Amino acid sequence: MMGFQPVILATDALIYLLVILALAFAWYTRRHAHLRAPWRRVAASRTAMGALVVIAVYVVIGLLDTLHFRPASGEDAQGHARYASEVQSVLDLLATPLVAHREKTYSAPFATHLYTRETIELPGGGQVRDFPRLKWGGAHLGDPARRAGDIAWRSAAGVALGAAAWLLWMALALRRHPGGWRAWWADPGRAPMRTAAWVWLVVLILAGLVLTLAGVYHILGTDKVGEDVFYQSLKSIRTGLVIGTLTTLVMLPAAILLGIMAGYFRGWVDDVIQYLYTTLSSVPGVLLIAAAVLMMQIYMNNHQDEFNSLTERADLRLLFLCVILGVTSWTSLCRLLRGETLKLRQLEYVQAAQAFGVGHFTTLMRHILPNVMHIVLIVVVLDFSGLVLAEAVLSYINIGVDPNTNSWGNMINSARLELAREPVVWWSLAAAFVFMFVLVLAANLFADVVRDAFDPRLRERS
Amino acid sequence: MTQPQVQSDSAPVLEVRGLRTHLGPARQPVRAVDGVDLSLRRGETLVLVGESGCGKSMIALSLMRLLPPTGRVVDGEVLLDGRSLLDLPEVAMRRERGGRIGMIFQEPMTSLNPVMTVGRQVAEAVQLHDPAHAGQPRARVLELFRQVGIPDPERRLDEYPHQLSGGMKQRVMIAMALAGRPDVLIADEPTTALDVTIQAQVLDLLRALQRETGMAILLITHDLGVVAEMADRVGVMYAGQLVESGEVGDFFRRPRHPYSRKLFAALPDAGKRDRGLDVIPGMVPPLNQDFPLCRFRDRCEAAQAVCGEAPPPWRGGAADGYRCHLAVDEIRLLHAATPPLRPAAPAADRPLMRARGLQMHFPIRRGVLRRTVGHVRAVDGVDLALYPGRTLALVGESGCGKTTVGKALLQLLRPTGGTVEYDGHELTRLRGEPLRRLRRAFQIIFQDPASSMNPRMLVGDIVAEGMRAQGIGGDRAAQRARVAGLLAQVGLPESAMQRYPHEFSGGQRQRIAIARALAVEPRLIVCDEPTSALDVSVQAQVLNLLKTLQAELGLSYLFITHNIAVVAYLADEVAVMYLGRIVEQGPVGTLLNTPAHPYTEALLRAVPVPDPAHQREVLRLEGDMPSPANPPLGCHFHERCPRAEARCREAYPPQVELAPGHRVACWVAAQGSSMPRMVK
Repeated sequence: MMGFQPVILATDALIYLLVILALAFAWYTRRHAHLRAPWRRVAASRTAMGALVVIAVYVVIGLLDTLHFRPASGEDAQGHARYASEVQSVLDLLATPLVAHREKTYSAPFATHLYTRETIELPGGGQVRDFPRLKWGGAHLGDPARRAGDIAWRSAAGVALGAAAWLLWMALALRRHPGGWRAWWADPGRAPMRTAAWVWLVVLILAGLVLTLAGVYHILGTDKVGEDVFYQSLKSIRTGLVIGTLTTLVMLPAAILLGIMAGYFRGWVDDVIQYLYTTLSSVPGVLLIAAAVLMMQIYMNNHQDEFNSLTERADLRLLFLCVILGVTSWTSLCRLLRGETLKLRQLEYVQAAQAFGVGHFTTLMRHILPNVMHIVLIVVVLDFSGLVLAEAVLSYINIGVDPNTNSWGNMINSARLELAREPVVWWSLAAAFVFMFVLVLAANLFADVVRDAFDPRLRERS
Repeated sequence: MTQPQVQSDSAPVLEVRGLRTHLGPARQPVRAVDGVDLSLRRGETLVLVGESGCGKSMIALSLMRLLPPTGRVVDGEVLLDGRSLLDLPEVAMRRERGGRIGMIFQEPMTSLNPVMTVGRQVAEAVQLHDPAHAGQPRARVLELFRQVGIPDPERRLDEYPHQLSGGMKQRVMIAMALAGRPDVLIADEPTTALDVTIQAQVLDLLRALQRETGMAILLITHDLGVVAEMADRVGVMYAGQLVESGEVGDFFRRPRHPYSRKLFAALPDAGKRDRGLDVIPGMVPPLNQDFPLCRFRDRCEAAQAVCGEAPPPWRGGAADGYRCHLAVDEIRLLHAATPPLRPAAPAADRPLMRARGLQMHFPIRRGVLRRTVGHVRAVDGVDLALYPGRTLALVGESGCGKTTVGKALLQLLRPTGGTVEYDGHELTRLRGEPLRRLRRAFQIIFQDPASSMNPRMLVGDIVAEGMRAQGIGGDRAAQRARVAGLLAQVGLPESAMQRYPHEFSGGQRQRIAIARALAVEPRLIVCDEPTSALDVSVQAQVLNLLKTLQAELGLSYLFITHNIAVVAYLADEVAVMYLGRIVEQGPVGTLLNTPAHPYTEALLRAVPVPDPAHQREVLRLEGDMPSPANPPLGCHFHERCPRAEARCREAYPPQVELAPGHRVACWVAAQGSSMPRMVK
């Protein structure tokens, strides 16, 4: 039996923490009416529910890519299991064919031949310069000319598979619904759920297409070293999500604590904190990030033996990038919270607490913090897409994640030179763009609805 | 201009028939206006009166077709000179709006664009609605400004809204509404946000303009005093319907509908001091339901079997009748349902809390170095004594510093000068733990029950907060029992503990606030306008509660208010504040009946009395209160005082005792009294 050894990288641990926090928050929300109400407004939005399905698919892929382990690679002399040095994730396991189907170099999406001419030894001796057949892409085809028919047939099967899965899903989900699916379909209150169902249909059809096509073709082509671009794009999802969420997790404690302290205590506390964030936000963020990342790089190069594997090293660099992004981005939230706290501390219930002799810390935790949480939530959700995009920009100028980490920024970075080629290698860039665009669009749509639902001023107007 | 008189025989200029306005989802709409008929003749004032949530404002917005996005008129007709407004296309309606129908709103602060000069804003209205002056609107704007009594109109023309006081802004709004020479002026609570002396000015102005132009006024208010002052005819709204209408004299002499009668009985005044006020139990029902029966039935003491069978018919004529099953003499109401209260405690020798020379100066900082360039003298030398079991009312207009006094007494703001003595402790010098422990003895109740409770906390935790902070009330179970007891004391069920503040009405929230203050067993409560955000019937409940608690627990109140009727009902002593100082102080009867200071007199006369027969002699106060950052030399009041003399401009008058306990700071009053005794 093949054993395995679970591995928890630094970012994995934080992601688990984030998941636990999210679950705790959901549990807390269920018990508090004032938190339930705005989420119910979110759930009543068709846009939000559609976007949520897309985000959920990304999150599931990202979480699958977070479950890391080392596969057993045999037994040592004492009969103890030995484990491979390279760390894998569950996603790698599921995508084994994509990992294994490695070509020599570039190939276009759905190609059967390489993108570059090579000298091919003819069986009967002699050489010819031509586009060689790919080792894996379309290898099952005896005759490459039958490719179009094969793709059409497999696509049809994929669509059918997706649709069938969707129908099965809906049948199971609506089994208990009173009045059956007809009532569900006609109920105007269920319109958001129907939107989600339609998006889910699209997702399942895409999944079906991937199942039938990705095993035998490189559906998004291959890159310079022959790696499947679709696989790279999938792996990049985790990086994007980690940057978008962990950065916030890192910066939140500082931003919240300093923000409400500045607004509540005023006086010299306010002066110090304002001075701190004004100074920090005056330094160009890119400069700070570049300096920190380069320092980190030098440290890592000088202490190579401290890291067990390349993956671990790359992961630490990713975490470090989150931290430094967090350090440069907490100021805006801090400023917002300070302003809101200035307003809240004038409110009569804060003064009533003062009249009872309630302590400062208790007042902050009981009266101020819960009443600024909506701002925190709005900012977190709005910042997410900005951070995902920031990663791409930073990696593009080589101060982002480790070059060994799959990320959309790295994909764009490595594809930029190929854009000058004739004919152009466009698919790496296009794949990164599409994956990032879908995630950011969904996140933005969702964020807009969340903001509308949580912002009390907007609520009064509607 | 048209004839300056009521043309009672003429056809109505505005007629509303069967108006129904719905808000919100079509499946379960809020029936904000549910079948209302009105008619308004030229030169006539019709006042709609009722509690909040009765649909008064929605009628006005329906007429103007300015309903919020979720609102719609589902039925009925609105005829302006026989022309149906509801059928007009929006383009034509825009000409009518601000043209033949003008409207002024409650909040002059938010109705004006802060980045445009007021002159330009009025000129815009002139250009839209007065083609004769469209080319040269300035002259017409000046004329309008003069018409609404804005002093120095040439200069005001180029000022921005923030440079004007609230009363001036409301005058600008009126000028704007007059720009189109309207036949009908709709005024939605035009004076609610203003002080009484300013309210008197604005109401005078509206009456004068009506005499001059002959326009019809539809006035919306919740204040029966304003009704008596302004109305020719009255319509009482309840839960989206008119329940009574009639001539103003008849209405005040003999209100017919049980609701109208209870409204009068709930008004506080001096004559009811020794008993509780009548209350209307419950509250206005939510309007998102069908009403097959009388809407007032659940709150009506006179309800009989017939009220549970069919919707009540309209008795009498369209312009003079009421909506009830019962004839007037069949309606039996229980007046003074509450038992007589114990009279207030006699004045004790030693005050519970005494402030001497209390000062609260806020520095004005300017420039890069934040140097102090002056002080806002919000409170400038106030002497007060609060006696156990008695109520001192602190009266004054907004901005006079009365709330600051309350907070400075409780050390919620640390006074910049003077002393506050409580039970042998000098509070202004105490800090930290000793002050924290003393805090349980003096508590505060705020004006706005919406913002005085953390919306994220359960009511049980809110009430228990003080006990927990002070470490009293025993363990958690004992505290819970005590909270339940306190809620019962203020008339709320135990189940309220598990609910959030927003689930309660304004009056209930104010009772929760009272329970919260009582939780730490205080001896003194500062009540900062606790009833001014409440409707009359709810105000009566809160005042009754405060009075009962005082009799039971011997509490001492500092009652901060601008409502003279409440003062007359509740207070033992009154102190009148003007610009950070107390100008007159004395026992409630003396001070209200024979005010010595001209400001007190003006304040009392400015209060509209709910009795149209009462002809008040208005002591007109010109202008507004000066800024406390830069008070006038001499007596602070001399610029507005009708009796000012030369020396009033030179020195601030000393406090003089006119009679035992009745002190006044006025040169003129001191001179007029028979035996002035200097006390300071």
